Amino acid sequence: MQVTSSVREPLVTGGKSYHDVTHDVARQVEGKPTLAWFLAFLTAAGTLAIGFIAVAATVWEGIGMWGLNKTVGWAWDITNFVWWVGIGHAGTLISAVLLLFRQKWRTSINRAAEAMTIFAVICAAMFPVLHMGRPWLGAYWALPLPNTFGSLWVNFNSPLLWDVFAISTYFSVSLVFWYIGLIPDFATIRDRATGLRKTIYGALSFGWDGAAKTWMRYEAVSLILAGLATPLVLSVHTIVSFDFATSVIPGWHTTIFPPYFVAGAIFSGFAMVLTLMIITRKVFKLEDYITMGHIELMNIVIIITGSIVGIAYITEFFIAWYSGVEAEQYAFINRATGPYWWAYWSMMTCNVISPQLFWFKKIRTSIVATFVLSLVVNIGMWFERFVIIVTSLHRDFLPSSWAMFYPTWADVGVYLFTFGLFFTLFFLFAKFFPVINMAEVKSVLKSSSDKPAK
Amino acid sequence: MERDTHFILGVYEDEDVLLHAVKEVRTSGVKIHEVYSPYPVHGLEHVLGYKRSRLPIAAFLFGMLGTTLALTMQFYMMRFDWPMIIGGKDFAAFPDFIPVTFELTVLLAAFGMVGVFMISSNLKPWAQPRIFDVRSTDDKHIMAIDIANNGALEIEKIKEILKSSGATEINNKSFEE
Repeated sequence: MQVTSSVREPLVTGGKSYHDVTHDVARQVEGKPTLAWFLAFLTAAGTLAIGFIAVAATVWEGIGMWGLNKTVGWAWDITNFVWWVGIGHAGTLISAVLLLFRQKWRTSINRAAEAMTIFAVICAAMFPVLHMGRPWLGAYWALPLPNTFGSLWVNFNSPLLWDVFAISTYFSVSLVFWYIGLIPDFATIRDRATGLRKTIYGALSFGWDGAAKTWMRYEAVSLILAGLATPLVLSVHTIVSFDFATSVIPGWHTTIFPPYFVAGAIFSGFAMVLTLMIITRKVFKLEDYITMGHIELMNIVIIITGSIVGIAYITEFFIAWYSGVEAEQYAFINRATGPYWWAYWSMMTCNVISPQLFWFKKIRTSIVATFVLSLVVNIGMWFERFVIIVTSLHRDFLPSSWAMFYPTWADVGVYLFTFGLFFTLFFLFAKFFPVINMAEVKSVLKSSSDKPAK
Repeated sequence: MERDTHFILGVYEDEDVLLHAVKEVRTSGVKIHEVYSPYPVHGLEHVLGYKRSRLPIAAFLFGMLGTTLALTMQFYMMRFDWPMIIGGKDFAAFPDFIPVTFELTVLLAAFGMVGVFMISSNLKPWAQPRIFDVRSTDDKHIMAIDIANNGALEIEKIKEILKSSGATEINNKSFEE
């Protein structure tokens, strides 16, 4: 029997009954799309279409369309890749790590956060695939297939190949985790529907009937998947950081990268969850489910991970000086005072200073401030990756090959394309899938609602 | 073979009432076919007397299969089939094989377990579930009792037991299959 302290903040407000939960979530799926949704969807789809021009140009002409040069061989593409993968960390973290820690507040936000994860990983995958130049070949060059064109295998010593395995495993396991959670909710929609919708959601619900035995297995599966996904989510950004850390480029060759990248990923992921959830709760009138309490807790996670990231920046600087390696020292001085000083200080301001504002309860519990800061954090995290990648590469050991990187319209366009893709998928999800996990919210309703449920 | 099945359904509103009811109904000798809930009720599987799910064992075995396959694949390709010197490393650079081995372990464990779950719970897109009461995916807990399995007990007696255990409604449901 569950006993909850009366002092504890309720997770669901408004005195909702079980039926209210079903109704509030399912009506989004059942109703006609609103004008606001149409406008938002068309904007996203329009961005996707415009960005596609840049993608087509890149595939048609080759990656010479991008601003890369001999010195800076990785720039916006890998910056955007790492940025999107980082964003894709919050969803599985919320649903897996918070499940293992029995944080019940996750129930209202895990569905949308996981959806965001999946879409962000799809966007991330666009960049390495396009950077291959011939993506139709890249699809199998990256796999350990017997290569009949040269009888060579892929190189298992390479962190780039580890990335292929890490990202694709992360994507597919997250997708399965998300879908398993969706099955009971699809069944709820099926049982409320008639006609074609009943057929479609009936197929999507895989014949779920809510039997106690199935629920028992479902719970076992969720727990094990959470246990598997927790090290997985930590491994993915660790392996992404190996892409840099295992090289010998000054500024990349640091052992602090794995934990620092993981903290940064959680930091930016939670910021993106906040950006999306603040809009979603407003548009779909879900303020009773995604409460100020949820927003405050996510802001606390942002303070913690933002502080870890800040300490990592300072540690990196200190270690560069302490190592006594001239090239390493120069790489860091160049970051702060070289031609890309503005990127470095944007990163410092957005990632180190701005999240500290959340120490003030007034800011932490303000919707407007949270929304603005969540955008600021993601801008900062983009600059972090840009600083790490471009400023480390543009001036390396040989001053005669120093160069600058300037993005072209194709760089910008491909980035826009992924934004369009992300939001198009997210808006489709928000309209046709239940955005809140109804079954899980119901399971905490009795102990955590502000009025005991009937 | 055509067979009609007849059920008595007890409808419960509250998860705690349900847990007590399941105990009461079982101690009074009625065999419960199954209980259908809109969300997982903790402890329900214990009072129903279900054995612990063996899915974690399936996950472990699939995980071990993933580890084995990943290591075999990497050692075969890198050490035996086409050895190459890469960065001065050993052909069998075991530490370098850990990331891919970890990922494939997780991949196979997750997919294997979910696959077993789908098969054992008969979850598939074309499945036609027996819906006892559509409210069981909304806000009611439905206890289904198969009359054929409780031959010794009279129907009226079963209904009385359900009523006294806290059921707010008692219905009949038949399926023609």
